[in-house]
Amino acid sequence: MAKGWKDLPIGGMILEAGNSAQYNTGAWRAFRPVRDASRCTNCMFCWVFCPDSSIRVKDEKMVGFDLLHCKGCGICANVCPVKCIEMHDEAEFGGSREMVDEPGRAGGAK
Amino acid sequence: MSEFKALDGTGAVAEAMRQINPDVVAAYPITPQTAIVQTFSEFVADGLVDTEFITVESEHSALSACVGAAAAGARVMTATSSAGLAFMWEILYVAASNRLPIIMTNVNRALSAPINIHCDHSDSMGARDAGWIHLFCENAQEAYDTVIQAVRIAEHPDVLLPVMVLFDGFITSHAEERVEIFDDAWVKAFVGEYKPKHSLLDLDHPVTYGPLDFTDYYFEHKRQQVEAMRHAQKVILDVADEFAKTFGRKYGLFEMYRLDDAEVAVVVSSSTAGTARAAVDKLRAQGAKVGLLKPRVFRPFPAQEMVAALQHLKAVGVMDRAISFGSMGNAGPLFLELAAAMKIYDAGVPMADFVFGLGGRDIVPSQIEGVFRSLLQIAETGKVSELVSYVGVRE
Ligand code: SF4
Ligand code: SF4
Repeated sequence: MAKGWKDLPIGGMILEAGNSAQYNTGAWRAFRPVRDASRCTNCMFCWVFCPDSSIRVKDEKMVGFDLLHCKGCGICANVCPVKCIEMHDEAEFGGSREMVDEPGRAGGAK
Repeated sequence: MSEFKALDGTGAVAEAMRQINPDVVAAYPITPQTAIVQTFSEFVADGLVDTEFITVESEHSALSACVGAAAAGARVMTATSSAGLAFMWEILYVAASNRLPIIMTNVNRALSAPINIHCDHSDSMGARDAGWIHLFCENAQEAYDTVIQAVRIAEHPDVLLPVMVLFDGFITSHAEERVEIFDDAWVKAFVGEYKPKHSLLDLDHPVTYGPLDFTDYYFEHKRQQVEAMRHAQKVILDVADEFAKTFGRKYGLFEMYRLDDAEVAVVVSSSTAGTARAAVDKLRAQGAKVGLLKPRVFRPFPAQEMVAALQHLKAVGVMDRAISFGSMGNAGPLFLELAAAMKIYDAGVPMADFVFGLGGRDIVPSQIEGVFRSLLQIAETGKVSELVSYVGVRE
């Protein structure tokens, strides 16, 4: 649980450098991108256009989304030339913020 | 060794600032505060202080520069009045919420419109919920003494809040008085060195001031500000004690004058308290049991202490130099807060509000005697015929 007022630095001060990595900004996403990997050509358009650097790439292949930071803006789905990304209502996933495309890497900072 | 000088309120504050020698002063001129920063800028030009003096294009910028400098770990001071304070509004909250111990003298002046450069308390009263400590001063000596104490109060680790030092425009700011100026070295020793715990310039311990603070943490940070205000009262009294030991003059949360055996009393702050004291003496000489309570610390409001000092009375009259438009009875802020405190802490004393002096309208001893006579009548009948009256307004 988040700390109470007695244990927090005053004035909203942040005392550690680089801790924004711990802030999971994907928590308020309303739509989730879901990719059909079988049709993906690894063109990297989504990687170029994603404003939140939430496209995961490994060995020059698009391997999934960082759902801890993806805001669900839908840009990736829009720019994908083969239309293999679909946006789904978050509610369909039961409120889980786990990675869908890469189960082994669920949770934690990037 | 201290020295006695002929100084007006602005000169006395400028002297205190010279002796405190703050790291940064950022200010914009506005009547009747101008003479403070004008005099201080001469000290800067003459090399009497080490202060970085930042000239800015507005009060919003002045306080913004103060916020940045304070976050960088500097001891910071500024001064303003009236519309200048109003223009700082957004940054007043930023300074308090970022817990920056900035010291600001606000020379109380009416707010526009119609435009008016003279004294009333509408400016600082409007800012009473912004999270600053408010200290009212009766005269130039109190202004000088209070600015010195304000540094210690603001910077105390249990407080870390900005402080407003308040006194009456023109009446106190521009009237020459006999002011005791302490030895530079004593003041320097009293205020000590400011060692901020977190500074933007401390590269070994990087820190972020003023980040985004949403639904998840903002409320906790407001709760911390409440705690700082709670601590402030004790710190204000401790600093006042140390000041009395060092310099000989005593300060408290408020001042009581012939109050112990009084039957009725007036509550009034700042320069008018001096006039009220003379009215008390005159009526006492005629056998009337009247007294005075002069609030000094308005934020944090010493509710229980004031009630304890007033609960033995048969009538209390508050004199407000501001109106809270549309409030209960269109009363003044001091009355509203004190009346609530008297009720909450079970002091069944009839009370009335006397709004006076708006836009610098003079208040003379005979008018305060009139207030006392109204109070004596309330004491006799137990009835308040008029909750709020306006002293000195033409019908
Ligand atoms: S939905 Fe937006 S934020 Fe999420 S991966 Fe696609 S482009 Fe990036
Ligand atoms: S834009 Fe479409 S096809 Fe190209 S890498 Fe991304 S998901 Fe694959």
